[in-house]
Amino acid sequence: MSFLNYLINGLSLGSVYAIIALGYTMVYGIAKMLNFAHGDIIMIGSYIVYTCMSMAGLHPAVSVLCAVAGCLLLGVVTERVAYRPLRGASSSLAVLITAIGVSYLLQNIALLTFGAEPKAFTTLIGWKGISLFDGALMIRGTTIVTIGASLLILVGLELFINYTKNGQAMLAVAQDKGAATLMGIDVNKTIALTFAIGSSLAAVAGVLLCSAYPTITPYIGAMPGIKAFVAAVFGGIGSIPGAMIGGLVLGIVEILSRTYISSQLADAIVFGILIVVLLVKPTGLLGKRVMEKV
Amino acid sequence: MKKKLPEKYGFLFVIFLFWLVLTLLSRAGMLTSHFSSLLVPMTYYAIAAVALNLCVGILGELSIGHAGFMCIGAFSSAIFSLLTRQILPGGVRFFLAFVVGILFAALFGFLIGIPVLRLKGDYLAIVTLAFGEIIKNILQAVYLGVDADGVHIALNMTDFRLSPDGITLIKGAQGVSGTPRDSSFTVAVIVLLLSLIIVQNLIDSRDGRAIMSIRDNRIAAEATGIHVTHYKMLAFTISAAIAGAAGVLFSHNVTTMTNISNYFGYNASIMLLVYVVLGGIGNIRGSVVAAMILYLLPEMMRGLNRYRMLIYAIVLILMMLFNWAPALVALRKKLWQRIRDRRPAVGKEA
Repeated sequence: MSFLNYLINGLSLGSVYAIIALGYTMVYGIAKMLNFAHGDIIMIGSYIVYTCMSMAGLHPAVSVLCAVAGCLLLGVVTERVAYRPLRGASSSLAVLITAIGVSYLLQNIALLTFGAEPKAFTTLIGWKGISLFDGALMIRGTTIVTIGASLLILVGLELFINYTKNGQAMLAVAQDKGAATLMGIDVNKTIALTFAIGSSLAAVAGVLLCSAYPTITPYIGAMPGIKAFVAAVFGGIGSIPGAMIGGLVLGIVEILSRTYISSQLADAIVFGILIVVLLVKPTGLLGKRVMEKV
Repeated sequence: MKKKLPEKYGFLFVIFLFWLVLTLLSRAGMLTSHFSSLLVPMTYYAIAAVALNLCVGILGELSIGHAGFMCIGAFSSAIFSLLTRQILPGGVRFFLAFVVGILFAALFGFLIGIPVLRLKGDYLAIVTLAFGEIIKNILQAVYLGVDADGVHIALNMTDFRLSPDGITLIKGAQGVSGTPRDSSFTVAVIVLLLSLIIVQNLIDSRDGRAIMSIRDNRIAAEATGIHVTHYKMLAFTISAAIAGAAGVLFSHNVTTMTNISNYFGYNASIMLLVYVVLGGIGNIRGSVVAAMILYLLPEMMRGLNRYRMLIYAIVLILMMLFNWAPALVALRKKLWQRIRDRRPAVGKEA
């Protein structure tokens, strides 16, 4: 029974990774850049919720909305100021390093504003959860909400991308920027929209992450960011169901190896599995193989 | 094309002068102790940046795990020095520590290269990142020691049964301590000069041209009969070996390696990448200069205390935009052209 408990915890952590990975994978698929600042947007989102609730005393739902709006704005502004000018630069490394710069910047802004000491985050989800089999299996409310939210987001995104004009525009830009421009698609607007969606997802992920692990420091975003990136690659970067599967697998593997093998080696095991998967299937689980033309 | 000797070795001479000036200043007691303590780290980061630039700029493969190779070099050489501390005299021991550290880093570079170099682009980057994290993670978790019964290895303190007269080599998260402080600015500069000579000669050689042709167009290189895997492995292994040498200097400078995720985590690898990109991808000398300046910059701004990393971040973003944004690059070229039109043509450096 305890195994089932751990499995559910893994699913919950995996759902958070999946939500972050969705943002990563969309941005990568469309703008072809590794957004190293994505993890820090999660952190900013958590701080916004913290400020709204503990300092301004707003209702949790309003606070979450504030965080989503704040992160959305942040995502769009960084894209406009720091990434867009570098589009078409002679090396794709340029935008990568700029993203690292943005990551440092966000961390230090948070450090100067809130200090280095961890802030206690009061969970937004008051629901105690359900207990099955006479209390042998406890599922926390946070866990249920997290898993539910990630499923909702996945379905919503799939519908958005496949059935709306903007979503189709995203697919077109991801496939071929030049051809998309010729079809009358505003590439800049589409990329900005992608950043907006990715960053608001990061805000949601931040709230869920802090509900499960209730402390905030300026560096909380870094490791989940990297793990989610690994999840996105694992599932096949650019693929939305891939990011979801990658996130869930990663979360479960992490929790189970932390419990049954070694708490210190959990990260090594997660990364080890990534390497094995990439060696067997170099484009990730659901990634498409792109033919190389000469 | 053969380069003229002054052109090829001019930069080495500049570094030599730099060393001479700083050493004289230090002898004269004109450097603060804080600044003196920065000289060795500055040099080994420059060496690591040269190593990474060989991988990123010359071979054309993005690696975000190079701090992992530094980590291997640092730990293997530190363990060697701890074991031979009583047996060997200082100079010989330090030399052999270099041999051990470089060999181990090269070995890992080779082993990791076999699977990694099959991947392309960002996938390769993420796998190097994963390897760097795994190396760091394992070294952080492991307990290693030697006593009369042989080698002891364990994952936690209770399983680690070392007799009291044994030597503890790695103590879990507390890392390695008691490494002799053998690194000096002079040794560091010698290693830097050697690695620059090695990399420069590699670039100018037949092998180097083969490596760069893979970077520029893999398919065309393959079609002309260049063994792609062979040359990729060659460059990657040399790059890992040089990073390992930087690691040897590191471990014999700090003597106690505890908080290794700060030194060898992906943050450290990314810092090296920042040096390489700002110094100019493929520009080996640029890496040295950028690493030294960017290492000293935040350290020199300690007076600004809380704001120094904020300023560093803003400077980094602005420099990237200024150096790489197509609009600004075009503007800069136009300005240069205007200046050049006024003057007679000046020979451009290759």
